[in-house]
This record gives sequence, C-alpha cells and structure tokens, in this order.
Amino acid sequence: MTTLPLEPPPATQAARPVIPGRPVLLGRNTGDRLYRAALTGLALSLPLLLVALVFELSASAWPAITRFGFRFVWTSVWDPVAGVFGAAPMIFGTIASSLLALLFAVPLALGVAIYLTEFSPKWLRQPVAFLVELLAAIPSVVYGLWGIFVLIPFLRAYVVPPLRAVLGWTPFLQGVFYGNSLLAGCVILAIMIVPYIAAVSREVLLAVPSSQREAALGMGATRWEAVWTAVVPYGRAGLIGAVILGLGRALGETMAVTMLIGNRHDIGLSVLQPAYTMAAAIANEFSEATTNLYQSALFEVGLILFVLTVVVNALARLMIWRVARGTAVGSRAL
Amino acid sequence: MSARRLRRRVVSGLMTGLVAGLCLVAVLALLLILGHLVAKGASSLDWSFFVKNPVPAGQAGGGVANAIVGTVIVVGVAALIGLPIGIGTGLYLAEYGSGRLGWVVRFVADVLNGTPSIVVGIFAWTWLVKPMGGFSALAGSVALAALMVPMLARTTEEMVRLVPHSLREAALALGYPRWRTSLRIIARTALAGIVTGCLVGIARIAGETAPLLFTALGNLNFTTHVLQPMQTLSLQIFVYATGPFDEWHRLAWAAALVLMGLVLLLALAARAAVRQRHGTAR
Repeated sequence: MTTLPLEPPPATQAARPVIPGRPVLLGRNTGDRLYRAALTGLALSLPLLLVALVFELSASAWPAITRFGFRFVWTSVWDPVAGVFGAAPMIFGTIASSLLALLFAVPLALGVAIYLTEFSPKWLRQPVAFLVELLAAIPSVVYGLWGIFVLIPFLRAYVVPPLRAVLGWTPFLQGVFYGNSLLAGCVILAIMIVPYIAAVSREVLLAVPSSQREAALGMGATRWEAVWTAVVPYGRAGLIGAVILGLGRALGETMAVTMLIGNRHDIGLSVLQPAYTMAAAIANEFSEATTNLYQSALFEVGLILFVLTVVVNALARLMIWRVARGTAVGSRAL
Repeated sequence: MSARRLRRRVVSGLMTGLVAGLCLVAVLALLLILGHLVAKGASSLDWSFFVKNPVPAGQAGGGVANAIVGTVIVVGVAALIGLPIGIGTGLYLAEYGSGRLGWVVRFVADVLNGTPSIVVGIFAWTWLVKPMGGFSALAGSVALAALMVPMLARTTEEMVRLVPHSLREAALALGYPRWRTSLRIIARTALAGIVTGCLVGIARIAGETAPLLFTALGNLNFTTHVLQPMQTLSLQIFVYATGPFDEWHRLAWAAALVLMGLVLLLALAARAAVRQRHGTAR
C-alpha cells in the first residue's frame, strides 16, 4: 500500500495489524487529508453563500440606498411611477404584526412547554409534543389558504363584533373590517410560531436541573409555585431566547402574511385595517418591478429584512446558549 | 393559615388547568387545520385531479398533475444538491469543527437558518435567473437547497456527536484510518439520525413557496425540463387560493391536502427513523 489509496481499501485490510516497517502511515494520512479537504470544501460553502448573499443584496440595493439614504426608512411614500420609495409602512407593519403575534403566541407556547415538561402524564408528552411540532410542518401557503377561507370568516363573525362592542372606542379597532387585515395576519403568524417557541422552551425547561423543582417542593411550595418561582426563573434567559427566536420567524414569514394582511401601503393603528410587511412587499411586487430603481428599492427592503432577522436571531441564540450551552437547540425544530 | 393554604392549592390547580388548556388550544389548532383540509379537499381528489393539467381559468375540471410532478422534480433536485453539502458540512463540524473555521461555519449556519426564505428567493433570482436569462426549476431547486443545507448541517452534527466516543476509539485502536472511521463507523452509527434530519429538511422545503416565486415561477403546462419554469403544488395553491373563482378555491383545497399529505408522510417517516435509532442504540 505504498501508492495513494484513491480507491478505499477493502474492509478486511484495515483491521489487519500494522506490520512494523511497512510505510502504511503515508497512505493513511493521505486518505485522512483528502477526507478533511473534501469536508472543509463542503463546509466552506455556507460562509461563501452568506458572503455572496450579503454582497448581492447590498450591490442590488445600492442605487436605492444612495438615492434615498435614511429617508427610505422614515418616509411612507411608495410611488413606483414617480420613482419615490419610502418603506416605513412595511417596516412598521412587519414589526407590528410580529409583536402582536407574540402577544398571542407566547402564552400558548409557554403553556404547551410548561404543561408538557411539568404537569402532563408521561405517556402524553411525546405524542402531544409531536402534534404541536407538526404545526411547524404545515406549509406557509396552506396557512394562508386556511386563513382566507376559515380564519377570516371566523374573525368576521365571532371575534370582531364582540371586540368592537367592548373596545370599539379605542383607535385600535377603527374602520371597516374587510377581512384581510393586520389582525388576520398576526393571528395566523401566532399559530405559525407557536411550535418554534414551544419546542425551544421545552428544551430549556428540560435543561433546568430537577434539584430546582425538588428544593422548591421541599420548602412546601405547591407544584405551580415550584414551576413559577423556581423552574421558570432558572430558565428565564432561555425562554426569552425562545420568544425572540419566534419573533425572528415571524418577521421573515412571507406567504401566509401576504395572503392575509391586506397589502396596503399605509401606517395605521387599527388592527382591523390592511397593512403591509417587508416580506409581503417583495413577494407581491418583485415581479412587477420594471424599473431598476423599483427593483433596487425592493432589494433594499430585502436587505433591511435580512439584517433585522440576523440581529434578532443572533440575540436569541445568545440567550439560549446561556442556558443550554453548545447544543443546537432550536435549529432542529421541524 | 389554612385558608391561605387552600388558596395556594386552588391557584396551583387553576394554573395547571390553564397551561393544560393552552396546550389543548395548540393541539386543537392543528386538528382544525388538518380537519378543514380533509373536509374541503378530500371530495375533489379524483382520478382527473391527479392526471390532468389545469384548464383555462373559469372552466370547470382539470387537475394538478403538472404541479405534483413539478414538486417532486424541484424538491428532488434540491435534495440532490442540498443533502451532500449539508451532511458533509455536518460531518465537518462534528469531526474538525472545534477550531475557528468550525465556529464560523456554525455561526453562519445559524444565521442562514433564520434567513427569511423570500430573501433567499430574490438572491437566487439575481444569481441564477438573471444570468441564465429566464426562470427555471433548477434555480428554484438551488434556492430550496440553500434553505436546507444550514438546517441539515446542524442536525447532522448533533446526531454524529451523539455517537459514543468509545466507538471511535475502538475503531482507531484497531488501526482504522480516521476517514474510514468517520464514514463507516461514526456516520453509519448515526445514520438513522441523519436520515431523520434529511427527511425533516425535505419536508420543510417541500412546502416552501416564497423562494420559488421568482425562480421556478410556475407553469400552466406539464413540463419535466428543469431549465424551464415549473409549477409546484405550493405555487399552485397560492395562485388558486388568491384567485377569484370558486373552482380554483376547490382545487386549492385539494392541492393543499395533497401537499400536506406529502409533508406529513415525510414527517412521520422521520419519526419512524428516530424510533429505530432509539431501538437499536440502546
């Protein structure tokens, strides 16, 4: 075996004891080196992809960036014909819909996580966790379909009238409810991010040492008090990380939101009115963007969205790592 | 004291009920969506739905044969591109990933994992569609692969790391070279886990729409040519659901049911693979 083993040697040879004096080590090291080089090459594809992505987005967005500067973020005029672009309504809509979605999703997801780790019977845990994670397997476009034909009629018939009756005087419930609205968008977003927050929260709570629970129970706490005063505070950083991770998901969600949020370029306080998000704007307008500047403006929207999600996700990972160090918590959530 | 104690126990019971209720709501949401899919989609699943192509707007009938075949091709090509890169990257992270490059790759994988799919879509447009001069299924596949690789890399790494160190030591002690140890001992032991990761990854990209909007684009005709625009179930659902015709809505529900069935099948297969791992490894 003095030649390079380009062909893998048969298995039986490898287990043979090394005979002193035979220069096998040379061949072996070559195989190892080749293997390492091949894997490194594959692994380098990811950083290259990221560099290419950032470069390409920035380069394509450059005309709009130089033309509008910071006005792009602050102003609300979006007039493709006149060539004036201000993305403030989309940025507002993206953040508003995601935060509102968290309002619904966080109690639900934490409820799931706390129930499954602390209270539920053992036999129920795996199946229910699987069912909740299946929510993440439903394609975004199917959520959109369901939202259009089931959720919106439901909201119109059973949710909006009582809401109006009680809180109709607030600025948040003004205007005619046509269906496609901030409310519909954020409810669907909430359902979509529950599995992500729940999965990570569950792993965080499972990582809390049982001595925490036992100590609290030993001091005479009830089961709920043990959870609320000992377990949850212990995992707080991780739970906040899970929530931020959900926020990151919500910010970038495209199809379901595009189908439900109404796609109106306007900043309004009312959740019953249509709104717009950055992802939805790209999905809707990219193929109609005929002028270079229009296209460039949409690339800038994409760049802002990308940077926003990167920052939010990095923050989430930092928080989660503080609790469950080194594990790929969350990246595995289906 | 006893009243206070009672109150605490009542609160504990109420809160237990509350979290159980919240959990029930989440499960109920899933069951509702699946239930509506079956209720509204199942009646449209007949022979012509699977073998016919779409008919002009407004006419009744027609099927989504082109979209079903398109989904299989686009996702299949994406898997062909993404699986080797993803698994290779995962093996790299597990075997050699303790250094600086490993840290960078891991960080980048996490960043890309959270990248909105629509952003990857417009990126694929600038890199593939624009230079190639037209929309193509291949560009869509590349975009989907780019979404799959980061996730796959991290799951593979995690699965490989679960393999006990003693196995590696035993193989190396017997004189097995490191690369064969890695491939034939470590990767094979972690195979069930890696397969799970692959299935989950494929399930996730099978339903993606946003990255395909400006790459695969959609196509009303039947095609198997990967350099041409191609229809997928997800794109078809988007067009039909947002369109004005009742007939389209009916087909959208049916197509959604088929897509959901496909994704569920992959998810269940992934779960079965996990079971198998737990069965053999212990």
